[in-house]
Amino acid sequence: MNLFEYTRAETLDAAMSAATQDGAILAGGTNLLDLMKIGVISPTRLIDITRLPLHDIEEHDGGLLIGAMVRNADLARHPVILSRFPAVAEALLSGASAQLRNAASTGGNIMQQTRCSYFQDPLSPCNRREPGSGCAAIGGETRNHAILGWTEACIATHPSDLCVALAAYDAVVEIAGPDGLREVPMESFHPLPDANDAGPAPLQSDEIITHIRLPDPGGMARNARYVKLRERTSFAFAIVSAAAALEIQDGRIVQARLALGGVAARPWRARAAEKALAGQPPTEEAFARAADLALEGAAPSGDNRAKITLARRIAIRALIRAAAGTPDRLPALPASVFEGDCNG
Amino acid sequence: MTQILKLTINGTSQDIPIDDPRATLLDVLRERIGLTGTKKGCDRGQCGACTVLIDGRRINSCLALALSYDGAEITTVEGLAQGDLLHPVQAAFIEADGFQCGYCTPGQIMSAVALIAEGEAGLDPERVREGMSGNLCRCAAYAGITEAVLKATRAMNREDAA
Repeated sequence: MNLFEYTRAETLDAAMSAATQDGAILAGGTNLLDLMKIGVISPTRLIDITRLPLHDIEEHDGGLLIGAMVRNADLARHPVILSRFPAVAEALLSGASAQLRNAASTGGNIMQQTRCSYFQDPLSPCNRREPGSGCAAIGGETRNHAILGWTEACIATHPSDLCVALAAYDAVVEIAGPDGLREVPMESFHPLPDANDAGPAPLQSDEIITHIRLPDPGGMARNARYVKLRERTSFAFAIVSAAAALEIQDGRIVQARLALGGVAARPWRARAAEKALAGQPPTEEAFARAADLALEGAAPSGDNRAKITLARRIAIRALIRAAAGTPDRLPALPASVFEGDCNG
Repeated sequence: MTQILKLTINGTSQDIPIDDPRATLLDVLRERIGLTGTKKGCDRGQCGACTVLIDGRRINSCLALALSYDGAEITTVEGLAQGDLLHPVQAAFIEADGFQCGYCTPGQIMSAVALIAEGEAGLDPERVREGMSGNLCRCAAYAGITEAVLKATRAMNREDAA
């Protein structure tokens, strides 16, 4: 790890003015310190924002305003998250370990880097780590790589589970910068790659995520699930995952939400699928048609064609589970495909 | 520039001069305080050998920048026993044969202490296994570890009831 200057910010203004082009914001540190240890990033200054007053979860208009420093474990246990946004809790609890969730922050989860093994190897060409150097993942080991929204410049996926659920719930990221506040929808916060590079950074170096806003889920509160396929049932990143939420009245879907994880450089909101589900009865046939729409345009970025089939199946299963209703208590293995309570 | 890190470690308040900001909490505990019960395994937050409690919550001390935890209360495996009287989790790991080589054991024990305090796993072995998934054991003593956590949970429930 390179040497750096450590600054603890007591106010948001102090944090922004301490920010430099080659500095980094330290929150929970679980991804930042890891990347510094393996030499992927080497910031010359760390600005510690753990003391900023961003630790609260406030209710407003049926929704929530979540401080960027709220730790993953606290968010997953919050009574309103459990009762009205259960797919957020299930996504959080399906990720990392209890130790990491106690340290990792909400803002940091959004800002975490891809787990592409070529990004993580400083000796490999990587347009995301070093623009213009190429992409070593193409032709390499691509099990964790994209099937949607990728280009020859970058085939990495965003690894977050939380962001997939947040995107499904129409979450908004609130960002403070020297020129004031701006807001970006979760579903478009992470730029997709273009023909030549991995896409711009989601934040300027002097910008800081302050809150995540979750609007009222209305009638979807108890019909929401997250399902995650991974190589082992705990403490592993998604190969593919899906968050689904439904509002069902009189045997018809009033509104549907579907977002996929592990498939693109951002949580992939499947709006065409949602639109097709509106007005339909919540049947497996309708969910299968929706899943086809969700995967429309999907293409393997390497030896990962199986992910298209897997993502389609996981989307169907998440919709089936959402239609069946969220259980009062989350299962012992959150988001596991090995759940016996439905036919999916 | 040397910065003073204030920590309360196993009940004792300490001022620790830090002249290299790269020090993790794990490094400080082992190299500066001499508490080597907390182990460095992967040093990347994947194995759980470095698990300690910060203000009662389990975290990976290898991914905790020490300066960021100024003012915190730390509990390490050395802080569990009262004299010769083992903590119920320590006793249960011996009774249930919850280890082989022992390297991961301090982290397993600290994680189990927190898991029981969190109160969400109870006596459900599946929830115990899931709750302990951040602690790897390359000797694969998992069956004994699960049994130890269940034994300790029962013992601590009896203590609470008494």
